[in-house]
This record gives sequence, C-alpha cells and structure tokens, in this order.
Amino acid sequence: MNKLEKKLKMVPTRNGYGEGLVELGKNNKDIVVLCADISDSTKSGMFRDAYPDRFIQTGIAEQNMMGLAVGLALTGKIPFVSTYAVFCPGLNWSQIRVNVCQNNANVKITGAHAGISVGPDGMSHQALEDMAIMRCLPGMVVLAPCDAIETKKATIAAAKYNGPVYLRFAREATPVFTTEKTPFKIGQANVLKNGSDVTIIACGPLVYKALLAAEKLKDISVRVINNHTIKPLDEKTILKAAKETGAIVTVEEHQVIGGLGSAVAEYLSKNKPVPIEMIGVQDRWGESGDPDELIEKFGMGVDSIIKAVKKVINKKI
Amino acid sequence: MKTIKQMEKIACVIRQDIIKMLEKAGSGHSAGSLGMADVFTALYFSGVVKHNPKKPNWSERDRIVLSNAHICPVQYAVLARAGYFPLKKLSTLRKLGSSLQGHPHKDSLAGIEASGGPIGHNTSVAVGMAYSFKMDGKRNQVYCLVGDGGQDEGQVWEANMFAAKHKLDNLTFIMDRNNIQIDGYTEDVMPLEPLRAKYEAFNWHVIDVNGHSIKAIVDAIEQAKAIYEKPVMILAHTIPGKGVNFMEWEYSWHGRTPKEQEARDALRQLRTLGGKIKSEDE
Repeated sequence: MNKLEKKLKMVPTRNGYGEGLVELGKNNKDIVVLCADISDSTKSGMFRDAYPDRFIQTGIAEQNMMGLAVGLALTGKIPFVSTYAVFCPGLNWSQIRVNVCQNNANVKITGAHAGISVGPDGMSHQALEDMAIMRCLPGMVVLAPCDAIETKKATIAAAKYNGPVYLRFAREATPVFTTEKTPFKIGQANVLKNGSDVTIIACGPLVYKALLAAEKLKDISVRVINNHTIKPLDEKTILKAAKETGAIVTVEEHQVIGGLGSAVAEYLSKNKPVPIEMIGVQDRWGESGDPDELIEKFGMGVDSIIKAVKKVINKKI
Repeated sequence: MKTIKQMEKIACVIRQDIIKMLEKAGSGHSAGSLGMADVFTALYFSGVVKHNPKKPNWSERDRIVLSNAHICPVQYAVLARAGYFPLKKLSTLRKLGSSLQGHPHKDSLAGIEASGGPIGHNTSVAVGMAYSFKMDGKRNQVYCLVGDGGQDEGQVWEANMFAAKHKLDNLTFIMDRNNIQIDGYTEDVMPLEPLRAKYEAFNWHVIDVNGHSIKAIVDAIEQAKAIYEKPVMILAHTIPGKGVNFMEWEYSWHGRTPKEQEARDALRQLRTLGGKIKSEDE
C-alpha cells in the first residue's frame, strides 16, 4: 500500500474493470462482454475497441442481456455483463436469480456507477441496494473493490473463479492507494493497518476514507480492514478483529440494510457479539449533488467515521 | 428415428404418462402439457433434432430449451420415453428429493438444458446459445418452446429483436398457440393477434402449423433449418388439453391436475384414442 500521500493518483474504479477486461481478452478467447448501450461509461468500450468480435451490444434491454449471458455461459463462454448497477441487478434480478444462479452459470455481473457518489443524476441512479439483493442469492460472490488497481485484479480473479460473481464499481475518480503488489484473493480481506482498540471494516473507495480517519485518530489504535469480498465473508479475519479489538465500525457506500454492515453483524452476533456502528446510507433515498457533498451529507465522510469510532468505543463493555 | 405412425403412438403414451404424473403429483399444469405432446414427440423422436440420450452432454447436440417451463411434465415424459432416465422416475414429479422438480432444474436432470420458471426468461437464454454457436461457427441448432401467454412478457420482444438483428437462422422458436392462459383466453387477457404479422415485422420467418399433426410439425422443423438469415417462429396451433374431452379448450385446466376419477376417465379416453390424433395426409 502506498502511504497516505496527499497526491495520490485519482482514477475511477470502473477504469480498472476496462483494463482487466482487455487483459483477460488477450489470453482467453472465451471472454465475451455484453453492454446495454453505455459501453463508454461502463468502460466495457475498452474491450469493444480491442476485441470487437467478442463484444455484444444488447441495446437498452437489461433483462434480455442477462439471459443472453446465461446462454453464452451454458455454451462455454465467460460473459461479463455491463451496465449501471441501478439497471443490473436493479432491473434483471429475476434473470440473475433463476437463469444465472439456478443454473450455476459462469456469468460475471457488473454494476457500474454504484453508490451515492454517482452524484448529480440523483436518487434514481444511485444504486444503494445492489449488494443486499445480490448477497442473498445462494452461490453468488459479491465484490466491491476499493480502487482502480484492485478492480482490475478483481475482474481478472472473477474470470478465473468458476461461478456467478457480482462486482460493483463507482463512477467518480477516487484515490489509487493499493499497488500492483497488494494481494487480492476472493474471500480474503486485507488488513491494511493494525490496531487494538477498534476495527474499521470497509469496502469500495470508502476504504481510503477509513484509512484517513484512522490516521487522524492518533490516540486510538485503529485496525483497518479492506473487506473487498462481501460474500463469501472472510470470517476468520473478522472474528479475529472482533476478539482482539472488541468493537467494529463498518463502512460502505450502500444502504446499511443488507450490505457489508449487515453481513458483518449477522456473523458476529452469532460468533462474537461486540458493539458495532454502521456507516452507510441510513434507510433513505439519495439526492442530486456533488459527490463529495453527498458523501458528507449522508454521513460517510472522514468526520462521520471518526464519530462512529468514538461512539463504538464508548459502548465497549 | 421413428416413423410418423410410430410417433403418433408414442405421443398417445406420453399423454397417458402426463395424466399419471400429474394425478400423483397433485399439482402442476395439465392443459399445456397435453397440448404439446405431439410437438415434443416430433422434436425428440423424428431424428431431425440432434440429441443422444446416452450422451446428454454430447457437444454436437442441438439444444432444446423450455421457456414456458410450467409444461415440463411433457418434457419429462418424452425424455424418459427417449431413454434419458428410467420411466419409474416419472412418478416422483414434484415430490421431495425428486430430480423432476416442479419447474425444470438443469443440474437435477439429464436432458434439461436450462433451469426455468418465470415465463419468457429462457427465450433470452436460447437466443444467447444460438448467438454463441454462430460466434464459434458451430452448426448446433437451438429450439425454444414458448407459450402464447408468455408473449405478454416484454423480455420476449427484447430477445426477438436481438435474434433478428443477428440473423440467427440456427434458432427456431415453437409457440404453443393454444389461446389460453391462467386467467382466461389470451385474446381477452391481452390480445396477441396478429401474431404472425408481429413476428414478421420483427424480421422473423413465420410458419403456421397444426400442432397436432406430427408430420406437419416435422416438416416445419425441417423447413426451419433451411431458412437463411432469419430466426424462425413456428406457430403451432394446438388445443389445450388435447386428447381428453373434458380438458380440451378449458382454460381452468391450465394450472390444475386431475383427481383420481378424472384421471381414470382421462386414461380411458387416451387408451382408446387409437389413431384419432393423426397427421391428415397419412
């Protein structure tokens, strides 16, 4: 991991997806990419330009797109399905449930422009429920990588994994704070910073904000975990953190109902109950605005994380 | 490969299997299953469609996908009669632990190409398969059985547009045009006509066929293979509940099963059906 330098490169995670696809396409002829009329913004256009014969333009038809992907997977391809998360899985959840999951089809589902930071487009376009509706599907892997480099790795790892995978990406350019050498393994969380008083478990670009919060909390020893795999949850690392630090703050750009916070709470309440605070959208709709303003207004900024850490520590028994 | 006469006999046996299965299961869909017995017999026994019950995953096989998945009892009966699995399995339909699930589940049963349930979903899966074979220059054909009520689903028309855009001439849909759905006649619930004109407007080749004439069905499947540059829709005009007089044309039989006495009556009718359902020019 790079140090928390002020001048980190700013790249949207979705760019890592495009780069990952292009790299995958080079060596594996079975990789195909589908997109529903937004190939430039999803960055699937990078694959289209490199391998036009293996790019499938579906038009604005997300339900059909998912079914097509399943047909391709059942005949030996490894399809990546690309559009905005509000449409996929937002519009085609039944196709994912029955056609992808109940066939255990090798389909990679991606939701771009996830989270409130999609900004000015407003509440209809801010996917804050996608991890919840994907996490509850048996057999589905759910990934929320933290920066562009990790997204590229996650894309490549998803292709190597045999079975349904969901990956979520963000629209905005966010700090690239991992390196090519940072390990990435599906189902294995990365402890970015060790600490003994409290653990912040975060996913997606907000992991960086968790690191900034931990750095500012000089008097408190904060452990920070990049929990890029929401399902299957890295229970070992989370249990260890709960045992050793005794308090947890979860951080995600998603409704607090059903996402990372819920996954952690479900597990720990059964195995090691400790006080938990959840940073995320608190069961309400988003609104138009500048991405940074929205992150602050909806309580997912550095100051909110710091407050949550202090609060959860006070609840420690 | 069977002759038309042999297939007509097989279809009659299939209908009896369906009645027995559904009576035992106590729930399921009778009308569509009976109505499609001739089409399914033609698909699996004519020799036109490439498949091998001994090697269900044979890579050269054509794909038969069910989009109106609720009529799976007919497919189960045909698969068993074709030799995919023992006949005695048929009596386990919808029971706990059975590989014959209420709606087909791919990994539970040999011969099922895609799990199904929600109406229309598998049209897209079939189109995806056909596209995939075209990409690879393979000659496998894809057949998708669709319901007429299922045409209400918007996804079906998304799939139809995609298939026409890519001129998927390795793709044949066969519609069970029986004019009923759960709540009534299709034209009352949501008018579909003119169906032929709709598909033609979507750049499909359309063949109308008597869905109870095995000869006509086989001819249509053969003809569909010879059509270039367009996907083909075979509109199989069928009678729901065909073969059992108190079920025919009764939309109430779409989603219910015969009780013991009704099953006995139905089986008696089917046993004496003789050559009543036959290809006219035989």
